[in-house]
Amino acid sequence: MSFYPYMKQYDPKDMESFVQNVKPDDVRRVLAKHRLEPMDYLTLLSPVATAFLEDMARKAHEMTVRQFGKTILLYTPMYLSDHCVNQCRYCGFNASISLSRSRLSLDDVDREAAVVSRTGLKHILILTGESRSKSSPEYIGECVQRLARYFTSIAIEVYPLETFEYVDLVNKGVDALTLYQETYDESLYDTLHISGPKKNYLYRLNTPERACQAGMRAVNIGALLGLDIFHRDTFMTGLHAWYLQRNYPEVDISVSFPRMRPHAGAFSPEHPVADKEMVQAVTALRLFMPRSGITLSTRETAEFRNNILPLGITKMSAGSCTQVGGRSKSDAATGQFDISDERSVEEMAIDLAARGYQPVYKDWEPLSVFDEAV
Amino acid sequence: MRLCGLWEEVELPMMNQEHDDIFEIGGKKLTSRLFTGTGKYSSDALIPDVLVKSGAQVITVALRRVDFDADTDNVMKHIPKHVILLPNTSGARTADEAVRIARLARAAGCGNWIKIEVISDSTYLLPDGYETAKATEILAKEGFVVFPYINPDLMVARSLVNAGASAVMPLGSPIGSNRGLRTREMIRILIDEISLPIIVDAGIGRPSQACEAMEMGAAACLVNTAISSAGDPVTMAMAFGEAVKAGRRAYLAGPGVVNEKASASSPLTGFLK
Amino acid sequence: MEIQVNGQMEHVDDGLTLSDYLKHKKLESEAVVVELNLAIIPKENYPTCNLNDKDILEIVRFVGGG
Repeated sequence: MSFYPYMKQYDPKDMESFVQNVKPDDVRRVLAKHRLEPMDYLTLLSPVATAFLEDMARKAHEMTVRQFGKTILLYTPMYLSDHCVNQCRYCGFNASISLSRSRLSLDDVDREAAVVSRTGLKHILILTGESRSKSSPEYIGECVQRLARYFTSIAIEVYPLETFEYVDLVNKGVDALTLYQETYDESLYDTLHISGPKKNYLYRLNTPERACQAGMRAVNIGALLGLDIFHRDTFMTGLHAWYLQRNYPEVDISVSFPRMRPHAGAFSPEHPVADKEMVQAVTALRLFMPRSGITLSTRETAEFRNNILPLGITKMSAGSCTQVGGRSKSDAATGQFDISDERSVEEMAIDLAARGYQPVYKDWEPLSVFDEAV
Repeated sequence: MRLCGLWEEVELPMMNQEHDDIFEIGGKKLTSRLFTGTGKYSSDALIPDVLVKSGAQVITVALRRVDFDADTDNVMKHIPKHVILLPNTSGARTADEAVRIARLARAAGCGNWIKIEVISDSTYLLPDGYETAKATEILAKEGFVVFPYINPDLMVARSLVNAGASAVMPLGSPIGSNRGLRTREMIRILIDEISLPIIVDAGIGRPSQACEAMEMGAAACLVNTAISSAGDPVTMAMAFGEAVKAGRRAYLAGPGVVNEKASASSPLTGFLK
Repeated sequence: MEIQVNGQMEHVDDGLTLSDYLKHKKLESEAVVVELNLAIIPKENYPTCNLNDKDILEIVRFVGGG
């Protein structure tokens, strides 16, 4: 089973004419429905729907509070390695960029983990570039076993792995996968990914499904907003999430909306996404998938994150750092992208509380990992 | 095997598609979405009129030992040939008993449709989901078109999808209670999440309740007692036929525009300006 | 010989076929389904199906039900 043939049933031309022909009453009808189908979601992503943002926002807010309460789960990213064999036009770790690259030793991992755990966070997201020689699945597994001493939830955002490799990582304590398709447009994907294993569109597309099959508790997907026309990739991301949730009801499927920011590679997005469109994407997805988590990264400014917070967001990164060893080493290298929200975990918690939201540092501790760590 | 394994093959729900509303199930094309039954009539002779006036094309029957002492009427002579017979496994308390009854029913030579009804509790007459799923799996493999009758439980319904059921028949309220859609919220979840047709069975007491089930997106309703025990069963049958049609039309038409109170201020999106 | 029919013991003549028995009970073979010692007997086999002592017969038919 694969999302690919399912997704192919939605012809880009049909989608385009559908989006352009949405009438205000179509949006009103969708807003009156108790449950949305994929085409309803697309209706909410249309230009006409921007006139209904306040209605969408109110509904999204109400649905989010009903499902999640006024809580925001906080996590932080930790970069293990920036070695990468891929050439992706938009990425600061692009293999063609000359960087002094590094990889954390297991002792470095301990040091970084100690710094992070002092903030109280129990959810960590570990990242690597794609390099089977420099950051092998075995290396990632060893890091996970170290991190399990400090954190109750370990998510990975690494290059796509085989199902058996995910099974192994799950057994070592990984409970969540984050993997972005970047763009769902196959030919655009091909031009953006100049070389490297990442050029294989289909392999990447099927990765979240392999993770589901491997027993991952949560899978988070997304597209890098700005690469393709706004409504196309946001629609496909939602459709992908919908497909996964339907076929793997035991997995928590969630969505991120990473918006492109300037970074070392100096790639400027072809279709920059406006704040208004971000609000549209978040609220439309909330209405389409009432129970899914929605993540907003530190690519966004503190002000924007505060404003969009009540409209459907459930998860945020805090005290972020996109450099390898950025927390414990004084000579840390260039980051993958520049973060816009510089708030520490503590500042973030204060801001959340001021808005009536409870910051959640830990909401999950798998028993099996607890047993194995002993 | 995946849960909800059939999802991929389902027709895409495109909006505003014009099509004839044919209910395709078990290799048949139905124009009526009302299923009815043959139980509890004051006289079985009413059945032909009930079928004509309601438009129902599927009718349930039960299987029982021949009683040599009573010279009972043969219900089959009141059921026209073109009507599809849906025998049930009433009386079964286990999967094995249901399988045995189903095989006997098929041997009667009136098709391979079977409504699985396994009831192991005689106080509430609630169906046994576990035994029902077991029987469904066995019978679907033997080529039956299986209609399992269950409590509206999502996990049981998913196991039925995997077991090869052709539809799922959740109860609206306890059998014969005529109390309506007491399980409304749970049925709604099945309609939302299960790729098979959801046929609401049991508990529907009034046409308005059948209409509501159809409006919610049920594929069909099975109504027996509410018709057979009505003051005038034939007229009530007609009312149910119309109610099911109206509800289905409303479902296909889609909901109306919501008239929310206009608001001058934009408290949640004000920051965009 | 003694056979059990729908749970009741019954004395019938030796050498009886299933068709003979149904005729004797005034049952049309079209209207019933017969299980002999837990095996369903196809209708076309009724005339050739010999009954034996201690056979267990279940004879069922459709009745009203929902």
